[in-house]
Amino acid sequence: MPPGITIAADAPELSAANTGFMLICSALVMLMTPGLAFFYGGMVRVKSTLNMLMMSFISLGIVTILWVLYGFSVAFGTDHGSLFGWEGDYVGLSGLGINQLWDGYTIPVYVFAVFQLMFAVITPALISGALADRVKFTAWALFVALWATIVYFPVAHWVWGTGGWAFELGVIDFAGGTAVHINAGAAALGVILVIGKRVGFKKDPMRPHSLPLVMLGAALLWFGWFGFNAGSWLGNDDGVGALMFVNTQVATAAAMLAWLIYEKLRHGACTTLGAASGAVAGLVAITPAGGSCSPLGAIAIGAIAGVLCAMAVGLKFRFGYDDSLDVVGVHLVGGIAGSILVGFFATGGGQSKAQGLFYGGGLDQLWKQLAGVGAVLAYSLIASAVLALLIDKTIGMRVSEDDEVAGIDQVEHAETAYDFSGAGGGRAPRTTVPAPGEDGAQTTAQVQRNKKVDA
Amino acid sequence: MKLITAVVKPHRLDEIKEALQAFGVHGLTVTEASGYGRQRGHTEVYRGAEYTVDLVPKIRIEVLVDDDDAEQLIEVVVKAARTGKIGDGKVWSVPVDTAVRVRTGERGPDAL
Repeated sequence: MPPGITIAADAPELSAANTGFMLICSALVMLMTPGLAFFYGGMVRVKSTLNMLMMSFISLGIVTILWVLYGFSVAFGTDHGSLFGWEGDYVGLSGLGINQLWDGYTIPVYVFAVFQLMFAVITPALISGALADRVKFTAWALFVALWATIVYFPVAHWVWGTGGWAFELGVIDFAGGTAVHINAGAAALGVILVIGKRVGFKKDPMRPHSLPLVMLGAALLWFGWFGFNAGSWLGNDDGVGALMFVNTQVATAAAMLAWLIYEKLRHGACTTLGAASGAVAGLVAITPAGGSCSPLGAIAIGAIAGVLCAMAVGLKFRFGYDDSLDVVGVHLVGGIAGSILVGFFATGGGQSKAQGLFYGGGLDQLWKQLAGVGAVLAYSLIASAVLALLIDKTIGMRVSEDDEVAGIDQVEHAETAYDFSGAGGGRAPRTTVPAPGEDGAQTTAQVQRNKKVDA
Repeated sequence: MKLITAVVKPHRLDEIKEALQAFGVHGLTVTEASGYGRQRGHTEVYRGAEYTVDLVPKIRIEVLVDDDDAEQLIEVVVKAARTGKIGDGKVWSVPVDTAVRVRTGERGPDAL
């Protein structure tokens, strides 16, 4: 988030335009989480589709409640030691007036809180892609709650909160390269190092079951990302949001093309999954950088990230860690690429006056970016691995091997994504109950239900 | 009686059906099948990971015929199924002891 740009003499007033714009941006960012669910859901096998969708969707429930209760306070409350915040009025969002403005801006605190909430929701959901097919749903829900509390809320404070150490140091993270993508990617790596590989990793075929779902998810992500990125200036008064919107589009396009070209040269085909993955890699990489680079710089950042991520997704086979859907390869690598490239491509004419290496700024911004990347990566990796270990030792992180092979959807959710049943597949639920007197009296609700069924 | 079984490319089904009707066959059974012969399968790439798909989609057509018609019918099916490209499939026949029409109880050639 940008530092306060107004001076005391011209205290900001509520802007209907900015408030409306930010509410729409918040809704766009919300849509990214179900978009992510489809992006991931299409990439898994048929038997784990619902679990994959649910791992993202549950974050909308858990993190929303935690955010209102204390998350917003920890992330954006008054600073304590540059590490976390706390503000009594933010607890339960209870001490706020509906017209009370976010400090230094023209939008209400409620609007800022809800916009930031959507970031907090999607970040843990991003991690789930690495854990496909094998994690107990309750263990995952607990992990989301703990991870948001111990990792996301403080890291958001470091990077965006006034007084946070990275913010004060001058690390540029426009919309979440470190706080969201490196954070989630490193967490994914930490957790999979603890819980281990899927049964049959590198032996059984694990082809995506629905590439159209993947494309739908990627398209929703791309669309929602305009809110994620262009909204991160918290208003529309000076063109930085518009620059960010343009950069988001061009970097994503460049990354998609770069991934496809790499694939065509390396594997002989331009794949659908490659197009979707390349687009997401571009979106990830431009997230920290788009407020400070030019559109030509955005093309370069997108293209570099596209190629790097396309190369990185194969690492799991080489090193033998099972990052099911390449959260490390796309989000961690893409986030690192974008965050570091800020140190090269920052023009000094966008969100910040800082200039990168290519624009005469020397190494100053570059080392700040490296410090931000390294700290978030290390903290998230270690804290997430410890959390996973704790949960694994208590309630257990993984489903049994038999259940994993049979399919996690049936075991954890008592459902299956698609009805492929042929002869003898499934029986109709019992729709009638014994008449009163035969087998006890019916309740009123039973009678009404039966009437509906009969009708 | 003979049971003629043909495992062929799915897109030849209409031609084979028409040829069989022209020959005077009254009924047949079609099943979706998968398999491979000498052509093997194909390769798919997902984020650089290559998967070999061995089994390719086929259809399996089964027809019961009188012994006298069997050879000629095999020729009819082979001609209709042939594209000349690899993966055209196989046709074979096996002897059948008994056939019964369920509705009437007729047996043997009368049941065809």
